[in-house]
Parts: sequence; structure tokens; C-alpha cells
Amino acid sequence: MTTRARVLEALGEVHDPELDEPITSLRFVTSCEVTPGGDVDVLLRLPTPQCAPNFAYLMAADARDAVRRLPGVRRVGVRLEDHYTGREINDALARGEGFAGAFPGETDDDRLGSLRELFRRKALVARQARLCEAMLARGETPEQVTAHRVADLPDGRDTRRCLELRADLGIAHDRRAPAFVLPGGDPVAAGELGRWLRSARLVRTSLDVNGGICRSLLEIRHDLAPDPEEVAP
Amino acid sequence: MYTHNGDRFFVVDGHVHFWDASPENWVPGQEQYAKGWIECFHAYMGLAPEETHWPIEKFQKYSEEDFVKDVFEDGYVDFAIFQSTYLREWYRDGFNTLEANEKLVEKYPDRLIANGRFDPREGDAGMRQLEEDAKRYGLKGVKLYTAEWYQGSRGWSLKDAESQRFLEKCQELGITNIHVHKGPTIWPLDKDAFDVSDVDHVATNFPELNFVVEHVGLPRIEDFCFMATQEPNVYAGLAVAIGGLMHARPRFFAKVMGELLFWVGEDKMLFASDYAIWEPKWQVEGFVDWTYPPGDEFSDYPPLDVAGKKKILGLNAAKLYGIDVPEELRLPDEAGTPAAQEDAQLVSDQA
Repeated sequence: MTTRARVLEALGEVHDPELDEPITSLRFVTSCEVTPGGDVDVLLRLPTPQCAPNFAYLMAADARDAVRRLPGVRRVGVRLEDHYTGREINDALARGEGFAGAFPGETDDDRLGSLRELFRRKALVARQARLCEAMLARGETPEQVTAHRVADLPDGRDTRRCLELRADLGIAHDRRAPAFVLPGGDPVAAGELGRWLRSARLVRTSLDVNGGICRSLLEIRHDLAPDPEEVAP
Repeated sequence: MYTHNGDRFFVVDGHVHFWDASPENWVPGQEQYAKGWIECFHAYMGLAPEETHWPIEKFQKYSEEDFVKDVFEDGYVDFAIFQSTYLREWYRDGFNTLEANEKLVEKYPDRLIANGRFDPREGDAGMRQLEEDAKRYGLKGVKLYTAEWYQGSRGWSLKDAESQRFLEKCQELGITNIHVHKGPTIWPLDKDAFDVSDVDHVATNFPELNFVVEHVGLPRIEDFCFMATQEPNVYAGLAVAIGGLMHARPRFFAKVMGELLFWVGEDKMLFASDYAIWEPKWQVEGFVDWTYPPGDEFSDYPPLDVAGKKKILGLNAAKLYGIDVPEELRLPDEAGTPAAQEDAQLVSDQA
């Protein structure tokens, strides 16, 4: 595998924290150049110049960190193009500073930790909604669904991502841990599954709709061919 | 008024603009922001059917004739409500100020209402201005932007003590409709600009005021729904939900409608076109025609019939603004209650 292919693969693991989708499938990576010596330059674009700077910063910083971890990579430059706070964010990234470095005196949350955690919990709820719905659609009862362990979850993106998010959030995710958990980590009880799913589906819808609007605006702004994918992968 | 299959709909458009974003109005030194802002709005227009798109030059500044034709003549709108937006940092005379909107209201007093604004950080001077505006224009509503920057402050909360003073003043002045912008913002922030918990707080403390959450809290529609279902005086402003999704992402639009009908209910949803981002004509026609697409994923959402569409398109807003609806366009009175109060209780316990 070439270094460039490994860089792109690593970027595919970087998620938009708000949408919980890889920045590659969202088409946020404009270009990725790798020199024979291992210098990497990544250019990122967002759906609008006014996309929230905190999430924009997180994606750019995560992309930089993901590429930096790769063997064979020497220098990493990540730049955000055509954003109204692009200069502040790009300069802070180049200096190796956090969000507070981009906007000195305007925020105390250098790593945006609490914002990131809030959206990880939402993402976990939304991913679980899809797994749970699929089980109910197959005819399983609420008792059967809530009795499942992590080991019973199907192989696939949703399961993999759920377990990553649980690890990030400090929620048990070993094979014997409950398959479906509340945002705080407690297992979902059979008697409350219907109501839990009702609210989880709403969170799922919210993420899907935001992703849909972002995709549409990006297509319009950059004159891209329509992305037929209405539902997130 | 819109007539379709023999049904007649009284239309109140709860969110329209008459802006000037032409280069002549850009603040020197801030051109890139003024230009970027209106271009961003223009991209949103791209979510509408292609035949309704405008060139950027017209979009930057459209005429009074355009407004009258698009909203009243072609758009079926009986009554439209201006939500004033200042943005004076970027636009010399403001983007669309109360004063500018009032000039049009003077010409069409029986078709237009202009809402004012306040910012609690302006203190006593802001309070006097609000009183003057209320007296001069007979304000029935205000539009608030809690995420706006002001003299070193990075936004404000409806929960702040000073905000409560302004809300008390609103109550005293008969300004009963408090529209709160919970949606995309334009300044760097160290908190989530879409947080609706402050609306929750004041809705409980001011039961006589109505709180309309604009853009239904998109992109945080879940937080909005969990909150709105517990507060009888919180309403869903549908600007962007219809314009941004109904044509571009119809299946997502159906889910958003289904969720809103379940959690908030048809008595508390308000149509709005967000003109000139989108023309009302295709939105009114499409909404009256709208039904869930086939598919199991929509099967347990509440249905929406002609009476429900009449409420959302105009009757709900007419009630909030005291707009007189012709007898033959009304529905028999019925009490409105939040759709899913019990469920929301459970959700807020868990979240």
C-alpha cells in the first residue's frame, strides 16, 4: 500500500463529530498530496463558509493527528479552505495549538472536550437505533433484543462504530457487555425499549437530516455530482 | 389564500425577509463577510426546485415589486411576518432592520407584520428602545439571536436575570410572541449555539408568552422536540424545515414531519417560507400535496389531514398574532395539547 493510500485510509477514520460520518464519505477532503519523502498536505472543505468553527477545528485537528500517527510520514500540513475563520484555524494548526490558540481569549475549552463528548453520546444513541430497529424488524421481542450482548451484534459499520464510541466514552464494550445501553452506559430494560427507541430514532433522524443538508450544500457550492446516498452508511 | 381540491387554506407566512445585501451596502473592510453571508444563503436556495432559483445579483437585492409578486400574488400568502435581522457589522444600513421592514408594512398594513428585537446586554438603553419600538410600531413579537456577539460578550442566555427583565417588559407591552433563533450562527463559539435549554426555562416562567423556536432547532431537532413536548407555550417554526428538505430530501422531510407531529403536534407547528431564501409558492403547493412516502419506516408517525394542514399553514399563527381569519376559512375550535408529554418525561430522565 502506498503512503498516500494509507493516508486516505486514515482520513476515512476521521469522523465529523456532529454528523458521526467519515469526512471522506462526506466529501470534505478536497485534496491529499504526498511527496516521495513523506510530506503530506491535506486540504479540507466544508459545506458553507459559516460552518461552526468549533467542529471545523476538531475535524482538521483530528485529520492531522490521524495522519501523523502513520509510519513513513514526515511533515503533515492540514488546511481548511474557504472558511470565514479558516485563517485563524489554519494558523493555530500550523503552530500546533488547540482551539483556544485559534481564538485567544474567546474560549476556555482548548480541546473542546465537553462538546465532543456530548456528540459522541448522541452518535451512540443514533447508531444503536438502527441496530435495534433491524432486530425488531426481524421479529425479535423487546425481551430478546435487550437480552443481547455485544457479541450478538451483527458485523458491520454500525456495530464497529458503536463499540468505538463506547470505548471513547468509557462505557463497557467487551463481548459480554449489554448490546444496548442508555447514553450514561446503563443497559436498556425490556419494558422501556419502545420509548427508548422512539427517542433514539429521533436522534438518528436528526443526524441523518443534518448530514443530508450538508451533502446538498456541498454539492451546490462545489458543483459536485449528486450524492445518491440519502441515508448515512 | 390557496385553494386545492375544493379545500381553501388561509396562509400566514411566519418568517419572511426584505433584505439589502448588495455590494453598495457592504461595510468597507468587511466585504468578505458580507459577501460570504449572502452567498451562503444563496446556496440554500439551491435546495429548492430549479425553476425557482435566482441569480445572485437579484438575490442580493430584490425589489418591492418582487416581494409583492412572490409572496402575495404568486405565493398565496394572506399575511406575512417580518423577522428583523440587523448584522450591522457587515451591512452598512443593516441586513433587514425593523425600520426598513416597517416601510413596507406601512404600504400593506393588512398583509404584513414586522417583529422587533431586543438584546438584554444593551441594558437600560435597550429597554428604552424596545419600549419606543413597541409604542411606535405596536409590536406583537420579537426575534432574538442569543448567539450574537456584543462588546466582548460571546452570546447570552434567556435564563440571565437581565433577560427575564426584558421578557417581563414584553409581557407588559403586549409583545407576546418571542421568536428565538436556534440555528446556524456565524461567530466562533465555545459553547453549542443551538442549546435550547434556556427556552425550556423561560417557557415555564412565562406561561403567558409564546416561544417560537425558529428552524425547529435544526440541527438539534431532537433537543427541541424533547423540550417542546413538555412546554405548552413552545411552538415549532418550520422555516428551513420545509424549504430545505421537502424538495431536496423528501424522505428526510417526511421523517422530520413525522417526528414533529408526534412530539410537538399539529397545533403548535407554524408554516414559514424564509423568503427570499425560498419562494412561498412551491412550498405552499408542495405542503398541501404532501403525504408520507410508502414504507414501514413512516408507518407509526401521526397522520396529517386537511384540517391539520390548515392549522399549520395559517390558523395557528393567526391565533398567536390575533389575525382575523374570514369565517369560511376557519376550523371549529379545538383544544391543543402537546403530543407526547409522557414520553418526553422519560427521555429527559434518560438523556
